[in-house]
Amino acid sequence: MTYVPYAISAWVCAVGLYGIVMSRNLIHLAVCLTVTQSSTYVLLLSVGYVQGGGPPIFKGVKLGTTSVDPVVQALSLTDIVVSVTVLALVLALALDVHRQAGTVDPDEIAAMHG
Amino acid sequence: MRIAAFVPALVVLFALLLWGFAGMPDFGHYRGPYGFVLERIATPERHVTNVVNATTYDYRGFDTMGEEFILFAAVTGVVLLLRGSSGSRRRADDDVRSDSIRLAGAVAPALVILVGLWLVAFGFVTPGGGFQGGIAVAAGALMLFVAVGYRAWSTLGDERLLDPIEGLGAGGYAVVGLAALVSGLPFLTNLFGPGVVGTVRSGGSAALLNWAAAIEVAAANVILTTEFVEQYIAPIVRRRR
Repeated sequence: MTYVPYAISAWVCAVGLYGIVMSRNLIHLAVCLTVTQSSTYVLLLSVGYVQGGGPPIFKGVKLGTTSVDPVVQALSLTDIVVSVTVLALVLALALDVHRQAGTVDPDEIAAMHG
Repeated sequence: MRIAAFVPALVVLFALLLWGFAGMPDFGHYRGPYGFVLERIATPERHVTNVVNATTYDYRGFDTMGEEFILFAAVTGVVLLLRGSSGSRRRADDDVRSDSIRLAGAVAPALVILVGLWLVAFGFVTPGGGFQGGIAVAAGALMLFVAVGYRAWSTLGDERLLDPIEGLGAGGYAVVGLAALVSGLPFLTNLFGPGVVGTVRSGGSAALLNWAAAIEVAAANVILTTEFVEQYIAPIVRRRR
């Protein structure tokens, strides 16, 4: 049972990758990329979890109280924000492709360029 | 065809993952040591009670600067791709006529922005911080857009106002680091001492980094949304006139 969170992160990663591989739409592909990226948050946070641990915030909590790993939380929170802006960049690229090629289907774009 | 190439790759990936997971500690049995060390030293050493943000802006402050620059680069990319491509920036006529939306629009953004600023200010004390608070501030600013309509918003969400603010966020972070370098200390060294535990000034110059990140994140998200809004909403509004 203790491996369930790891299995979930592997599953989320696989689902996202499946979406990327089968995608026929660049916008759909960008969202799938975000799903794959989310699997790393699940993995990071489950690696840092301590049985019975509280949040690593010691305002009004005695120092030395069992808490979960703050490092993986710091990594996840910065990446969540950065991933949103990178997603925006990918969507802007998709928009530009649509303007240039008139489609967001990767296969059609490849066909147009021979 | 695609699935035929995907399945073998997935099998290899899963074999590698299983190999990796087999060597990891059971869920809930984190072995450390970094988390355990930080939990014990962050409050006595840096006078910060939120250890997550002590990690983000102090112990891993250099890494967060890199993250900020990724953010900045991504926003620059979006602006380069989208800005100016939607034709002229004529003012659209889409004044909000619903009183209930106007009333909600007068109250909600102020409340949300206040919560955002509070999250940033007490980032080193209670849960919150520059990234979370910055997003909340951006959300409040965008609620204002919903309440007043595109025409009024495009005056406030002007690039000549927002771009320098975003630059201030990204540049400010580097300036705090360089200030330490100029005074003969290693990059990003805390110049103001650790401050008082449990106050908005705890964390010393890391508190400034927290604010720089907040400004960067808030401005970046408002800029991004404005750019996309100009792509989709502005042309529609113009057509309707």
